[in-house]
Amino acid sequence: MTKLTLPSRPIGSRIAGVGGYRPQRIVGNDEVATLIDSSDQWIRERSGIIHRRFANEEETVAEMAARATLKALKHAQINPTEVDLLILATATNPAQLPNLAMEITHKIGATQAGAYDIGAACSGFSYGLAAASEAILAGDSKVAVIVGSERMSDFVSQYDRGTAFLFGDGAGAFVLTASEEFSIASPVWGADGSMNESICMTKSWAQFHAETASEFPSLKMEGQKVFRWAITEMVKVANAAMAKAGISVNDLGAFVPHQANQRITDHIAKSLNLPPSVVIAKDGIEMGNTTAATIPLALETLIENNEVKSGDLALLIGFGAGLSYSGQVVVIP
Amino acid sequence: MTEEQILAEMAIILNEVAGVEASKVTADKSFLDDLEVDSLSMVEVVMAAEDKFDVKIPDEEVKNLRTVGDAVNFILKAK
Repeated sequence: MTKLTLPSRPIGSRIAGVGGYRPQRIVGNDEVATLIDSSDQWIRERSGIIHRRFANEEETVAEMAARATLKALKHAQINPTEVDLLILATATNPAQLPNLAMEITHKIGATQAGAYDIGAACSGFSYGLAAASEAILAGDSKVAVIVGSERMSDFVSQYDRGTAFLFGDGAGAFVLTASEEFSIASPVWGADGSMNESICMTKSWAQFHAETASEFPSLKMEGQKVFRWAITEMVKVANAAMAKAGISVNDLGAFVPHQANQRITDHIAKSLNLPPSVVIAKDGIEMGNTTAATIPLALETLIENNEVKSGDLALLIGFGAGLSYSGQVVVIP
Repeated sequence: MTEEQILAEMAIILNEVAGVEASKVTADKSFLDDLEVDSLSMVEVVMAAEDKFDVKIPDEEVKNLRTVGDAVNFILKAK
């Protein structure tokens, strides 16, 4: 029997570049509060959020993703034509098909890249990071991009008191390459479908289509239930991800959880007993919850503000609708 | 545990978890309106109470616990 050729495989994969795109329009709490009979103080106390950004018509999911990817490629000093795989994590593609990853590779001139979208909502980036890293470890890809991009403002009702103030728009990307070191540890992932109605849409497309005078589907969330799940289960995931990487909290340089809500971040950080030397990402205060984009945006902020240095270890954890989660330890480029 | 003992423990929990002055905690006080325990802090109070009293307070029950007295009575019956 003819044997198939096994590709040469590298020792490891690494993050070579990080980049983000933040929409131009900054939306303060006062603007959001007027539609939900709330206040700046109420929003800050419940979420830590001061403002978020809403995309304009030109700032589409693909456009924001393309800009974030180009910035990450520049950081990595890699030409777009060298990219051979691009994965987009998004929950806000407004059309059933096609996927948007192909539009992104076209926009940036990544003419040699395979491209596809994944969902997994707020854990999408961590899942996609694992998939991109595995493509490199398998020898299938030499330069892979994982980008999260969201226009949450299209799918969150600005009149829903439970969610309107939480979400924002934006995009963030990592560029991955092969490495002599193992610099993206194995992920810890999981899902609890029994809780999938805790964060979901008000109706399916089929229901929307069947109703003659119907409101557009929007996101709904059981905040207390999700909060409880996040502050208990994600501590276990964080510890499991560190154990899988063979490290402890004392080895960490930064904790970069999905920026769902500052109170969730604070709670998990406290439960993990992080030493004071560990920087805790708080980008959500400025950006709100941008679903699949929070983790790369938050890491970009830490790098740009020199709060972390190259070679530091960061613990990333994505969690959200599904309910699903995925986390891993990475080396900061 | 007596009603008074549960109330006293609830005061300690509310102080530790939500920063409520323990002396303000009486059975007639509303968590939200009087003690300013918001919905997320309420989750933390419920979790702490479950640990302390070794009871399960289901999600659908939490919204019925308007006052501290409601919580004390629930715990009393659940034990």
